[in-house]
Amino acid sequence: MVFMSLSQALLNQDRLALSRLLTHVENNSEEGRKALDELYPHTGKAHLIGITGAPGTGKSTLVNQLALQYSKEGKRVAILAVDPSSPFTGGAVLGDRVRMRDLAGDPNVFIRSMASRGSLGGLAQATASMVQVFDAAGFDLILIETVGAGQAEVDIARLAHTTLVVEAPGLGDDIQAIKAGILEIADILVVNKADRPGVENSERALRGMLDMAHPTQRVFHHHGQRMVVPAQTPKADDPLWIPVIKRTVAKDGVGITDLVEAIEDHITFLREGGEWAARERTQLQTTFETLLRDNLFARFLDELSPEIYEETLSNIMLRKQSPWSAAEALLDRRRA
Amino acid sequence: MAERKIRVLVAKPGLDGHDRGAKVVARALRDAGMEVIYTGLRQTPEMIAEAALQEDVDVIGISILSGAHMALVPRILELIKANGQEDVKLFLGGIIPDDDIAQLNKMGVTGIYGPGASTEDIVTEIRTAIQKRA
Repeated sequence: MVFMSLSQALLNQDRLALSRLLTHVENNSEEGRKALDELYPHTGKAHLIGITGAPGTGKSTLVNQLALQYSKEGKRVAILAVDPSSPFTGGAVLGDRVRMRDLAGDPNVFIRSMASRGSLGGLAQATASMVQVFDAAGFDLILIETVGAGQAEVDIARLAHTTLVVEAPGLGDDIQAIKAGILEIADILVVNKADRPGVENSERALRGMLDMAHPTQRVFHHHGQRMVVPAQTPKADDPLWIPVIKRTVAKDGVGITDLVEAIEDHITFLREGGEWAARERTQLQTTFETLLRDNLFARFLDELSPEIYEETLSNIMLRKQSPWSAAEALLDRRRA
Repeated sequence: MAERKIRVLVAKPGLDGHDRGAKVVARALRDAGMEVIYTGLRQTPEMIAEAALQEDVDVIGISILSGAHMALVPRILELIKANGQEDVKLFLGGIIPDDDIAQLNKMGVTGIYGPGASTEDIVTEIRTAIQKRA
């Protein structure tokens, strides 16, 4: 047999090679880094869709339905599902596949589970790199399901082209809806489990929040008088995409075609308005800067003698030197 | 560089719906620092082999209480081999008659556990099997 590198095999649609490479990249091995470098020219084609929201809102079930729909349309779909690692043992139970059994045996779909391995932003450190591997392998869509997110796990918005925030009835009131954080990153808000009571209230709270951010013209009667509140004229730097709210019952497949259409609209908006390139730039810049920072730090430590490092650290502990001045002193020393 | 985590697929093939044992084992492996991909009930051998391929696991742990192990296990072994994953270790738990154990081991099952098995033993034996492979 002719020797073939894993990345060549991946480009030839070898599924085992794809799977092995994902492991290498997840573990940040030498081979993984080399493969990312080789595969880079083949990336940049896939549409990345992020799915986030609180635990139990139905993210996995929704991902299952979206993938089914896309696969029916003949598209190739990769799913990257992140679940939390234990902060104590580093172990994890990754259970997203349980809700995705409809996808078993579908040749268009590839599901990979990953543990967050200590990252706090809702993704794992290697998620962005693993997405690159799927992208190079030619998947049309990559669905990234985050850890069940609370309020501030917003990393996904920097990675995905389109971010879906999944809500369910009964989770929070209108004060939750005006807090900063996860709701702000939504391109599309999904109210899942829409067959449950309280769905009107959830939707009203979300709509109220959106309305504050993007006021529309309103006409109403107040003490018998007709009042008109004009829409604000958008400022030049306002984003033109107003998030939409979609209702779904993911377990029964209700509302999925509608949701897919909304995603389609968002892609059109991104492509036509130049926003696609802007998001890509942000994403690549994040990757690039993270690498620079990590490498700079590693190199800096390499060049520093362990004795000086230890001595500085003990000075800091003895309150002889502050961490701020110590950091500056070490950096100056290197420059000298 | 990050150490390589042991990845384990825990699956329940066949038609019996008792997955408490599988869940207890999944939890114990988690507490031992492993990454456990849990697939849930009523998995076919094809589904198990496919999930093992996509997840690039080191170990597959299956739980069978229905008595169908002599049909299911060879099929799973055959499929993972066909996928090029002959280095994946298969562990089996459930109600397995003594007479079948030797035969299953011969087919290539690494460990077999019945009622009352200790999760510590399972953890240790998985670690040993992975170390031997490396």
